[in-house]
Amino acid sequence: MRALWRPATVGVAAVCSIVSAAGIEDGEKRSGFDFMTPETQALQSDDMSNPGMLWVLQGEQLWQQAEGRADVACAGCHGDASQTMRGVAARYPAFDEATERPIDLAGRVSSCRAERQQAEPLAPESDALLALTTYVAHQSRGMPITPATDARLAPFRDNGRRLFQSRIGQLELSCASCHDDNWGKRLGGSAIPQAHPTGYPLYRLEWQTVGSLQRRLRNCMIGVRAEPFAFGAAELVDLELHLTERASGMLVETPAVRP
Amino acid sequence: MARALINMPKTAKRGEIVEVRAMIAHPMETGYRIGPNGSNIPRDIIRRFACSYDGEEVFWADLHPAVSANPFIAFTLVASTSGVIEFTWTDDAGRTQTASATITVG
Amino acid sequence: MHEDPLRVHGRLVGRRQFLRVGMTGLLVISLPRWALARPSLDEAIRTFTGGADVLDGRVRLDLPPLVENGNAVGITVAAESPMTADDYVRRIAVFNQKNPEANVAVFHLGPRSGRAAVSTRIRLATSQVVVAVAEMSDGSFWSSRASAIVTLAACIEDLS
Repeated sequence: MRALWRPATVGVAAVCSIVSAAGIEDGEKRSGFDFMTPETQALQSDDMSNPGMLWVLQGEQLWQQAEGRADVACAGCHGDASQTMRGVAARYPAFDEATERPIDLAGRVSSCRAERQQAEPLAPESDALLALTTYVAHQSRGMPITPATDARLAPFRDNGRRLFQSRIGQLELSCASCHDDNWGKRLGGSAIPQAHPTGYPLYRLEWQTVGSLQRRLRNCMIGVRAEPFAFGAAELVDLELHLTERASGMLVETPAVRP
Repeated sequence: MARALINMPKTAKRGEIVEVRAMIAHPMETGYRIGPNGSNIPRDIIRRFACSYDGEEVFWADLHPAVSANPFIAFTLVASTSGVIEFTWTDDAGRTQTASATITVG
Repeated sequence: MHEDPLRVHGRLVGRRQFLRVGMTGLLVISLPRWALARPSLDEAIRTFTGGADVLDGRVRLDLPPLVENGNAVGITVAAESPMTADDYVRRIAVFNQKNPEANVAVFHLGPRSGRAAVSTRIRLATSQVVVAVAEMSDGSFWSSRASAIVTLAACIEDLS
């Protein structure tokens, strides 16, 4: 592990000497899909081989299942998800009136579960929460990301941008150091993508399961040897908000597959 | 209910060779990984996958930890008669999960 | 009793040979336990065939030469066979060279399979050779091998 890190660190130090604060031009935006091998792309493109579809299937079952003291299913209020949930993931995170903060899709599923179904909370990254979130997000597949325009989101989005550009951890890297300034280059054996959250929750071969954008963000923080924010932390949702703005116009891929 | 996806044609001509693809949600825990507490994560894999066609076992596979999580297996069958095709996955503890599909042969 | 460090089994050895012996010893000590316990690729294949000769050909193993993540590597094995009642492929087995266990999977086929072709996704712990062996209904064994280079992710998440 340590031996693996050394060349990676040297590589990072070398590429980061070129400093730039510029983001990615609209015409240059590319999904992480474009940086994968044809084999991994094929895994995502065919629903019958995409393991993420197993979570969509589970989410579809959970959607119909009555839960909690209210004994009501998601479908009890929201009906047919293919109609009512279409386009919802494309505009999340949204402003949550109750907490006066942005809330992401998994957060909305959790709050609905607590308030409407009056059911026990689902743990972050639990199969059930991921399945429901994946199922809902899947209804927006192929639709362009259209960030929520609510003006009250602005300060949180700005905070997300600030976090994206802040150097953190023992490696002193910001998200932007890699994903704005050095995308397309390689870090160890891996291509550096542009970090667009187009396919979450997604199936990562490294995880061997479906995971959330928050898990991926924490993964990156561990990678630069920073203390990651806890699941559900306000900072992570702010980052999600900025990433969604940054990926505006790109198409939802859920469930994506990534290496 | 098994979290499994089966893909195969619903109809076929008699004697036609059809492709079957089966995938099930399972961690296929190898027994070689170390958990956060420093101890081994115990092995938990699907050990056997079987497919029966009209009651006869026509294809089966013995799996080892080197098969990926959420195992995917594709194979072929000769469409001989209309009927039910059943799939069974058996894990280390002998527990089974099943799924089925029907085929109409004309 | 004092022993000359360069005197192994009572004969004088050169410095290079001493280093070689010492390094091999260290290498063996540093290997994980399973690496010593697992059978070699050839031993695993012999166990499968019961010692019968394995011939080259009649089997094709498709394995991507460069693998992005070793946790899910798509493979396809196809054997040449008419798949008739008296001439078919009985089993197709897949073995690896460097995982903790040599066996990957054994697929059982028959005339009702129509074609002797299977696909699955496998784990490769590192760059290595993969071998597919087909057992025909006449008891003969045929094989094909391929190798893959497995690259590692730069930022690996810990399990916590």
